[in-house]
Amino acid sequence: MESSPDAMRYGTGKVRLSLRVNDDDLELLVPVHKTLLEVLREDLDLTGTKHGCELGECGACAVLVDGQPILSCLALPIELQGSAITTVEGLTGAAEPHALQWTFAELGAAQCGYCTPGMLVTAAALLAAEPRPSRAQIVDALSGNLCRCTGYVKIFEAVELAAARQADGAVGPASYTP
Amino acid sequence: MMRLPSFTYLAPRGLTEAADQLARHQPDALVVAGGTDLLPNMKRRQQQPKVVIGLRLVAELRGIAETEDGGLRIGAMMPLAALAGDPRLAERYPALAVAANLVSTPHLRRMGTFGGNLCLDTRCTYYDQSYHWRESIDFCMKCPDTNSGAICWVAPESPRCWAVSSADTAPVAVALGARLRLVSVHGERTLDAGAFFRDDGIHYLDRRPDEILADAWFPSRAGWRMTYLKLRRRGSFDFPVLGVAAAVKLSDGAVEQVRLVLGSVGSAPVDVSEAAAPLVGTTPTPAAIEAIAATAWRGARPLDNTDLHYAWRKKMARVYVRRALAEVCAA
Repeated sequence: MESSPDAMRYGTGKVRLSLRVNDDDLELLVPVHKTLLEVLREDLDLTGTKHGCELGECGACAVLVDGQPILSCLALPIELQGSAITTVEGLTGAAEPHALQWTFAELGAAQCGYCTPGMLVTAAALLAAEPRPSRAQIVDALSGNLCRCTGYVKIFEAVELAAARQADGAVGPASYTP
Repeated sequence: MMRLPSFTYLAPRGLTEAADQLARHQPDALVVAGGTDLLPNMKRRQQQPKVVIGLRLVAELRGIAETEDGGLRIGAMMPLAALAGDPRLAERYPALAVAANLVSTPHLRRMGTFGGNLCLDTRCTYYDQSYHWRESIDFCMKCPDTNSGAICWVAPESPRCWAVSSADTAPVAVALGARLRLVSVHGERTLDAGAFFRDDGIHYLDRRPDEILADAWFPSRAGWRMTYLKLRRRGSFDFPVLGVAAAVKLSDGAVEQVRLVLGSVGSAPVDVSEAAAPLVGTTPTPAAIEAIAATAWRGARPLDNTDLHYAWRKKMARVYVRRALAEVCAA
């Protein structure tokens, strides 16, 4: 048993956290009850990740933790120290958009756009694990992301087109010749 | 939605330390596993622990281990996605793998854990609402305020709470005879999954506030065939409004043993294996299975406190029992 009660205790004031977000190592001073979503948007100005239902019923707040899509509205930053967090802002390192961002724009897979960041990071994780996913795999991977505009078909087509381009070594239309 | 209320967070690095902290901080502490049930409840102010004990660093609660009898011991902190993708589960307890894979969404299956699903808070249309929604009609007995809240809004004359057991893995654990291990500062005890779940929407688990669910042992079910069927509005996201777990041990096509459990039609899984007992010693025909379904569905007592109409949910219990038994008894 620990000699001092409650080793690794984080009180109700602000606590010091180390987070790795979009390849940046950050030191933060935040209340322990702030969700990852709130910290990303309010303390780190990464507003690409959206507030949706905040109860796990929509997927708008999805981000990647060690490459896997999770919901930032139900994640506590204190539990993610040592993990690599990727938001939609971190999908690309350079100025060039991610292949998915090109195809979502080209095919009208984003209408109001509110679900798009969650869709993008979730689809990016799928393509990283499965470069040429079937339609069924895409549907399954995105089954935790609600879209109330598109009816999903254009989103699925955009993921398929991005996969096809990546297989050809291309990213966006400028560098892509069918 | 309101933000999380403030709390102190503890990060024990072992099960002994976690149990010690949980006991020491009663009645103000709760443990958190994946957080996908507790954190929404805290945002809705259904639970407001002053101390949250995170089990993330407790290695003893992880892993899936072989046991001598050919069974598996599954740690409570294993993510549901890990159960859904484990080849040993797919081979030995396919109904459990299927149930785990039917919980909510891929995102939440990565976060949510097996133990968290077994301990999932019971659900109700009148309970799973924001603080202000509940305040506006007066709080119910499952989540009373300091000076109000003695009523069940589903059944206002009822002395008890009818919130619904909504965990997909719970009826499967009961059907397969899982043994659950609970750990506290007073030691540990094991009990049958069938005894763990209680038919009471408020006190829905036989778990003391200072106990931590550590793991579940599934005894060998070699030679058994099993399935889990889930009814819900959408193919993703939704909690079950009916679940049927069925398992049979067959010998040359004849039933040696049968287990049949209904989920999400009461405050606990409903074991209706007795209703299926006439199948034992026979090679089930469609007519025999229909006769079992006509008896077994009476165990379902859904009320008007979930999605979809309760009378239809009750009728569908008969349909789903028939489908589940037909699947496991198929030649």
